[in-house]
Amino acid sequence: MIAQILFIIILAAAIYLFSKNAGKIRRNILLGKDTDRSDNPALRWKTMAKIALGQTKMVKRPLAAVMHFFIYAGFIIINLEVLEIMIDGVFGSHRIFSKPLGSLYDLLIGGFEFLALLVLVACITFLSRRNIARLKRFSGVEMTEWPRSDANYILIIEILLMTAFLTMNAADHKLQLLNFGHYIKAGSFPVSSFIAPMLPDGASSLEMIERGCWWFHIVGILAFLNYLPYSKHFHILLAFPNTYYSNLHPKGQLTNMASVTNEVKAMLDPSFVPETAGEPGRFGAKDVTDLTWKNLMEAYTCTECGRCTSVCPANITGKLLSPRKIMMDTRDRITEVGNNIDKHGKDFKDDKSLLDNYITREELWACTTCNACTDACPVNINPLEIIIEMRRYVVMEESQAPASLNNMFSNVENNGAPWKYSSADRLNWKENI
Amino acid sequence: MNHEPLTVPTVAEMAAEGKKPEILFWVGCAGSFDERAQKITRDICKILNHVGIGFAVLGTEESCTGDPAKRAGNEFLFQMQAMANIQVLDAYEIKKIVTGCPHCFNTIKNEYPGLGGNYEVIHHSQLIQQLIDEGKLKAEGGESFKGKKITYHDPCYLGRGNNVYEAPRAALEVLDAELVEMKRCKSNGLCCGAGGAQMFKEPEKGKKDINIERMTDVLESKASVVAAACPFCMTMLSDGVKNENKEQEIQVLDIAEITVRANGL
Repeated sequence: MIAQILFIIILAAAIYLFSKNAGKIRRNILLGKDTDRSDNPALRWKTMAKIALGQTKMVKRPLAAVMHFFIYAGFIIINLEVLEIMIDGVFGSHRIFSKPLGSLYDLLIGGFEFLALLVLVACITFLSRRNIARLKRFSGVEMTEWPRSDANYILIIEILLMTAFLTMNAADHKLQLLNFGHYIKAGSFPVSSFIAPMLPDGASSLEMIERGCWWFHIVGILAFLNYLPYSKHFHILLAFPNTYYSNLHPKGQLTNMASVTNEVKAMLDPSFVPETAGEPGRFGAKDVTDLTWKNLMEAYTCTECGRCTSVCPANITGKLLSPRKIMMDTRDRITEVGNNIDKHGKDFKDDKSLLDNYITREELWACTTCNACTDACPVNINPLEIIIEMRRYVVMEESQAPASLNNMFSNVENNGAPWKYSSADRLNWKENI
Repeated sequence: MNHEPLTVPTVAEMAAEGKKPEILFWVGCAGSFDERAQKITRDICKILNHVGIGFAVLGTEESCTGDPAKRAGNEFLFQMQAMANIQVLDAYEIKKIVTGCPHCFNTIKNEYPGLGGNYEVIHHSQLIQQLIDEGKLKAEGGESFKGKKITYHDPCYLGRGNNVYEAPRAALEVLDAELVEMKRCKSNGLCCGAGGAQMFKEPEKGKKDINIERMTDVLESKASVVAAACPFCMTMLSDGVKNENKEQEIQVLDIAEITVRANGL
């Protein structure tokens, strides 16, 4: 009974804390400007099914894809088992699904055990890639102490949780064979039966191990749940909405700024009256609140895998730009803005901004807009959009474009070509035939 | 090889005769002014003439689409250019456009509709593919590419930007050549380094320039011809080849140039 009450308290606290922190992230995301992503729901569901659920963009790197799939499938399917643990925890029952499911239950437990083993293999592989093989993709200026530890913590926690799960099963299995207490014969233990010989034979120590692992496993899962909002691992939740709200236009297409359209139309036709009074906002983005909620959602979705940066031509050739850093900077800054609001109220402004304090101009100007980063991202994040919005601010609000680009602008404006040629000479190519 | 005189009417000239072109050839700034790209422009005209498509160019009425301005962040200048171009195109009731520049292609196709300019836009490689499919272009009667190793460099604004990967390859498949793919190709292709207005500025400092990095893929492919489909890529790849002192061994040719040569136009 005490155990049940304790369990319910821990469970409620974990859920409360998680919803509070997830709510903060939601609030932060909504600090972004509005953008309409409600069109074409059929295609949006399809995109989500393919990319988030089906993991189709992971396959470009087959080893990572297979390993990630183990962890992903393990996570999704083991939730069934977590559901049983929750029910058992609340009602004080033991393996409540075993009776109604019968032989299917044996099959399921067996399946979970194999998945747990695969997750272990994947996590160990991932840990060695990061810490022993030191894959280049996981380094870079933005991969400071915290992002590297975060990744390691996630993998270690998963290893511990899976180990606890298998040890729990092994002890349970042994207790079942002893016909001890309420340990009814249920489940098949194809993996944990290899652990069983390492466990003591006494029923009371087995029970302690079983209970210990049970508590460690479930409290660990709840603790991990509460770690998510502080971690890049939040991608396991946001990957779904993020792909649902994907950009459905061709990648080469940039947005046409409606506020500019109104001004240009008014310049061309003085009698033009814009339909909606333009909001007095700034052109482009200086800070995170100038970006759209989708840009901010992407920042929280990024799991820092570095596929974007590893294919970025600027980064490959040693320039400062790293698309992953653009996303991480955006997340760090919006988190900072959110914390400021929590501490000092919603009108508080610090003297920092995404531009200059986080992202330098040198990074912005190194981008070739080639879309390699957006294509490489397994969850359809678009760092390019943020770069363009910030270029817009630098050019249209500050007039601080590099001199050579200013020359190009004036050539386009005066001659209708980015080079200093007269438009009267546009057909000269015909003469050399 | 027979060199028929080239007929390149302007839309204005056609309008004066009360005629409209079947398709407008949007030449683009590079195609108009860049010496190397001018050759490609002429070759596209040769193809159009050869198959008897009634086309016209805007000539002096054409202006920059605004692509480099937009990508550099100057949305004002972009929209000014776009609206002016749309006015000209609409005044001539243009419906269909072909262009040799993936940047013009992308901008007119994707960004003009939002500003009221709606046209059917194709890249010249798509036109060539279509003509091959229709049997109007055959890769006969001209230079033989037999046994030559050819590789194709995907322009970002054609490939990743608009998912046009097959058309330019189709134009090469009709040749009796050995087609090889570079290590980084199709959606995994590497930028030439010129997009996003980089063409008009010095690159930021780094270990090397992007077109030099791209040369490692070209050299590895052991191709003697690098096929391009964008005037900016043409400049960057040609500079890359020069930088490696490989002008004797490696030719950079546009899809249109290869088609013209193979057909002896």
